[in-house]
Amino acid sequence: MIWQQLQSIAGSYPLALRGLGMTVVLSLISLVLGTLLGFGLGILRTGGNRLISSAIGGWVDLIRGTPFLVQIFLIFFILPELGIELDAFTAGIIALTNLAACFICEIVVAGIRSVPTGQVEAALASGLSRWQRMRQVVLPQAMRIVLPPLVGQYVLLIKDSSVVSAIGLTDLTRVGWLVVQRVPNGLLVFFLVGVGYFIVCYPLIMLARRLEQRMGAAHGEVQL
Amino acid sequence: MLENFSFRTIVEYLPLFGQGLVTTVWLSVLSFAGALAVGIVLAAMNLQRGRLFRVPAKAYIDAVRATPLLAQLYFLYFGLPRLGFVLPELVVGILALSLNSGAYVAEIIRAGILSIPRGQVEAGVASGMTYVQRMRLVILPQAFKVTIPPLLGQAIVLVKDSALLSLISVAELTRAGQLLASDRFMPAEGFITIAAFYLLLYYGLKGLAALSGRWLGLAGART
Repeated sequence: MIWQQLQSIAGSYPLALRGLGMTVVLSLISLVLGTLLGFGLGILRTGGNRLISSAIGGWVDLIRGTPFLVQIFLIFFILPELGIELDAFTAGIIALTNLAACFICEIVVAGIRSVPTGQVEAALASGLSRWQRMRQVVLPQAMRIVLPPLVGQYVLLIKDSSVVSAIGLTDLTRVGWLVVQRVPNGLLVFFLVGVGYFIVCYPLIMLARRLEQRMGAAHGEVQL
Repeated sequence: MLENFSFRTIVEYLPLFGQGLVTTVWLSVLSFAGALAVGIVLAAMNLQRGRLFRVPAKAYIDAVRATPLLAQLYFLYFGLPRLGFVLPELVVGILALSLNSGAYVAEIIRAGILSIPRGQVEAGVASGMTYVQRMRLVILPQAFKVTIPPLLGQAIVLVKDSALLSLISVAELTRAGQLLASDRFMPAEGFITIAAFYLLLYYGLKGLAALSGRWLGLAGART
């Protein structure tokens, strides 16, 4: 019996590979976009403009305060009502990118604030422009604080990508759900799904830990 | 079209939302209690010198942290009946949330205990205290203080995570939104309303975390 089930599961490996591929592609695209956007938002938020700063802060709070599942439903079901047609994949990318950007924004803000004011003043005194100060003085030092939780955030993003299965995207979790309808062994099927995620996430967790030790940022751990 | 956003329907469904909110709150409270229990046991195992307890605890924590909650939820939901445990969805959900959050709580507690300076332990030893006395009188009271804000942070995560239970048809807050969305084809009304309720819970817990930080005299407590 277990042998038959194993065979049946092995038979659906093309589906499993496609699911894993979907998970990786979704995570990768929103990871890159979310990082760019998150750094942009973080720099803007520390930029000194009260209005922009509190607008970003408000948005980040809205996103941090609601479940990701609800955000996906909002984007997937409500944007079309506003006249923006989008498929599940685009909705998933938008939701994940937005989520990643908001959390990364907070990480970047913490990093930038950790750089002593003396550094910025010295850069000012040396006649560096605003952009030069950020790029050559503040960000390189902030990265020490930013890097470990940033990698931790990527792990969260990959895990959160499983929630897009709720709007019908065939990612790894959805594949498990489909297979379990045919092979009634939830333990085995979702154990294998878990192994798939573990292979992708665990190296990143190890990397985050190593970075944390190297950077000596004992307080930089991301709130998981 | 959002111009015919119907507040009337929201009011009509308010009892359903209320029930969902209440369910979300008490199932989160139960799950958090479960997570504390799991976390304390795991942290105690993880802090042992011997490998016998430490290795399984570490493996469990890593396995939980490297896989999504939704996969863990389905693992229990589809897996438990196979082992002969046919439990209501709600119980499966609370179990999944407790087991998942427990791993994170364990790390928070461990970090709290390890944050106590070595000198404190040595002073305890020098005063002739036993292991239990040192733990109870020296380490835990101090560790307790530093763990409160991150524990409240974990509680926030747990409340948000509980939305996933709607996917195994537990009648909590998100499920109420889904019902309105599918019964009346009013996704905007349904999901915006539940988002507002979640924000209420979020700000409540966040305020509590800030207050606790101030009470405990922690400078720059992060949540």
